[in-house]
Amino acid sequence: MNGIGHIRSALAVLAMTVATPVIAQSSVAITGATLAIGDGSEPVRNGTVVIAGGKVVAAGAGVAVPAGAKIVDAGGKWVTPGIVSGFSRVGLAEVPAVKETNDTRASSPFSAAIDVAPAINPLANPIAISRTGGVTRAVVAPAAGDGMFAGQGAVIDLGADMNAITKARAFQYVEMGEAGAQEAGGSRAAMVLTFRMMLHQAQDYAKAPASYDGGSRDALLNRVDAQALVPVVTGAMPLMVHVESARDILTVLALRQEFPALRLIIAGATEGWMVAPQIAAANVPVITAGLEDLPSSFEKLAATQSNVGRMVKAGVAVSMGMLTGDDALQLRVATQQAGNMVALTKVPGATGLSWGQALRTITSAPAEAMGLGDRIGSLRPGRAGDVVMWDGDPFEMTSAPVAVWIDGVEQPLVNRQTRLRDRYADPAEGALPKAYEW
Amino acid sequence: MSMAGRLVLVAALLAGTATPLAARKDRDEAPAWQGASAEPENPYPSTYRPYPGTPTVLRGATIFDGEGARIDNGVLFLSDGKVTAIGGPDTPIPADVTVIDAQGKYVTPGVIDIHSHLGDYPSPGVDALSDGNEATSPVTPHVWAEHSIWPQDPGFSRALANGGVTTLQILPGSANLFGGRSVTLKNVPARTMQGMKFPGAPYGLKMACGENPKRVYGSKGREPSTRMGNMAVDRQTWIKAREYQKKRAAGKDQTRDLGMETLADVLEGKILVQNHCYRADEMANVIDMSKEFGYKVAAFHHAVEAYKIADLLRDNGICAALWGDWYGFKMEAYDGIKENIPLVHRAGACAIVHSDDQDGIQRLNQEAAKALGAGRRMGIDISDAVAWTWLAINPARAMGIADRTGSLKTGKMADVVLWNGNPFSTYTRPEKVWIDGALMYDSANPKLRPVTDFELGQIGGGDVK
Repeated sequence: MNGIGHIRSALAVLAMTVATPVIAQSSVAITGATLAIGDGSEPVRNGTVVIAGGKVVAAGAGVAVPAGAKIVDAGGKWVTPGIVSGFSRVGLAEVPAVKETNDTRASSPFSAAIDVAPAINPLANPIAISRTGGVTRAVVAPAAGDGMFAGQGAVIDLGADMNAITKARAFQYVEMGEAGAQEAGGSRAAMVLTFRMMLHQAQDYAKAPASYDGGSRDALLNRVDAQALVPVVTGAMPLMVHVESARDILTVLALRQEFPALRLIIAGATEGWMVAPQIAAANVPVITAGLEDLPSSFEKLAATQSNVGRMVKAGVAVSMGMLTGDDALQLRVATQQAGNMVALTKVPGATGLSWGQALRTITSAPAEAMGLGDRIGSLRPGRAGDVVMWDGDPFEMTSAPVAVWIDGVEQPLVNRQTRLRDRYADPAEGALPKAYEW
Repeated sequence: MSMAGRLVLVAALLAGTATPLAARKDRDEAPAWQGASAEPENPYPSTYRPYPGTPTVLRGATIFDGEGARIDNGVLFLSDGKVTAIGGPDTPIPADVTVIDAQGKYVTPGVIDIHSHLGDYPSPGVDALSDGNEATSPVTPHVWAEHSIWPQDPGFSRALANGGVTTLQILPGSANLFGGRSVTLKNVPARTMQGMKFPGAPYGLKMACGENPKRVYGSKGREPSTRMGNMAVDRQTWIKAREYQKKRAAGKDQTRDLGMETLADVLEGKILVQNHCYRADEMANVIDMSKEFGYKVAAFHHAVEAYKIADLLRDNGICAALWGDWYGFKMEAYDGIKENIPLVHRAGACAIVHSDDQDGIQRLNQEAAKALGAGRRMGIDISDAVAWTWLAINPARAMGIADRTGSLKTGKMADVVLWNGNPFSTYTRPEKVWIDGALMYDSANPKLRPVTDFELGQIGGGDVK
């Protein structure tokens, strides 16, 4: 992501959209920060973050400022790693209800082979708006169209440039709860059988690609989709399974008896707390909504706002993401989800998270779930220089970022919402119509 | 006072004039269509009665009174279901009452959500319980949301315990131009809708402009399929409604028409128009239409472009019920901005934070905090106490209940939330909630939290475990 090409394209984009040019500093030191690393540890005062070559060199209290570094004095402000949305569809839709702009779902001859990467629009306004809210990376999943398998998701950055992809084909996405049963013909029994047979056919394909007949009557997968599931069944690619209920979670965990190499990630897991010890023992990461506390469907009858707290307590690696809608737009509410986890620690009978644990669920935990914990998601040395400076506690809804860096590049915090705000700061028209105020 | 009497009083307060409804009662002669209903003017009367409360003093809290005032180290005295006294630390109180030490905590009037579908789009969201849109005709002023409400919706309990919501307006959906009557509820569990119904609250009429009606009916090959079609059907309907209302007011015989009854009540100022409308230009059209036919819009709901016409809303005395930060999910929401609420407020118009969502209603205080912060960052200096009007007196006014709730004034309903910190903080939750002076939620008492029939005996158990 670094290098001249990246910077040049960033400048090209920014020249079109903002007045302030971005200058990539070779070395930046943010000093005097109330600093949170994102690894689960609690914030420290008077912390320093050093970024060089687009990566974090060091972060913590008592970190030395290298000679020649550009110094940004945080003056006590909060500094965190950029927020990583553990589940989203950002960049796949500009206006979700306007179908021409919505690339989240397809009715297509293909399923597992679909790859969202070429559909990501780095210039989508929701990317800029999310960036302004402190979100720097996102897991982007396709939505299931025809069939259980939706295709291959990506991890992206939200920088103001044309190179959004952090990792393409980062995981395969499959529906296996109520939605999966519907996609498979109407029952969970059919769904499990369909899933198993599809994976067996992928194994058949792997053994002898030339003799795999995707057009035969028994074929559940065409050749392209069968090929796409090979890395899933061999464990080379994680499989993100969307399930909500306790029983469906156990069904998914049991699939590893037949397919031991599966690298499972559970998305949803509203009832995860009921089977948290089993999830923890299986060492399967969970990406969940965080604030889902209503039995909004029959697969969420055990919904509780203590779900995240209880799973973390049981040793599950929990991330939070946009599992309950607005997944293309509202990634910035991650801080609200996290703050509410902290609020629960003051509610009698509820289980919440410490501040540092809560930050982890929206930074390093989703990075690690994607197998990218060594590259993004925290301010530990060697991670991407994704840093946000906030004008207050990031979990307070009255707070907002004052500076955002992605790969060490300071980002514009202007978007069409801020432009509309400025135009209509006074709704009265002047000598000329509003259209002349820009 | 009877329910009907209260309704008339409310209507008179709202309209500022004596009403034909009262005049008809004065004739002491029921219309022929009236049967054996106990209250012919109000055939589905509230059976809500305040639950037992004990005289209680909250002492030492920071109080936001809901009308913009802040009292530090305040005293609030609740008795007989009412706010009996409010003031500073020297406020006199009787000796023999329960005193709660609220130092370091905050006290506000209960949150009022002017836009909810709890009960008519309940959890679980299955087709069998989906009762919010009578999407079979664009003009359905004859349907009443109260007849769709399922009191066992678990969402009511979450709104109480997590959101401090004490009063809420349940609306029909927005598929139709004229969606039907809304109903205002007290957020208390009950076996029946009537057991929740806010006594004497005026009805609302849900209207919708924009994409939804034209999409729903255009896709069926019916009118309206355009925005001009929306307006045309609206205007044709108002023409009929005015004819009906004139005949009714004159006491002339005509076939009783449920939908026209509702619209005639709107034209007489007894039912408040709650108008779903996103775009600034469409709101301007609706304002002109309301003048053309002689009615008033109480509030535009979901008005993501209210900030573009905040002056127009102010000049016409129309509230804007808004989200904190929703935007962009459909074309008419594309220009939503976080500063919408503070910009409307600064222009001198009436801003309201609403939810339209079973999750959002649990955190309306946090939605207000988003708006407050966004406003302050652009130099709009609004105090916390003033911002609480967005959740209290402003929605109460737009719902016609401001004389009874929506602020902590002596004599008003004791609808009160004790928060365990500043309610604009994400880290804050309700500690106790009173409705009409009865303690209906106590975070320290696991039994003082409602569990609906639907959740009783289920594995989740109503999130009380």
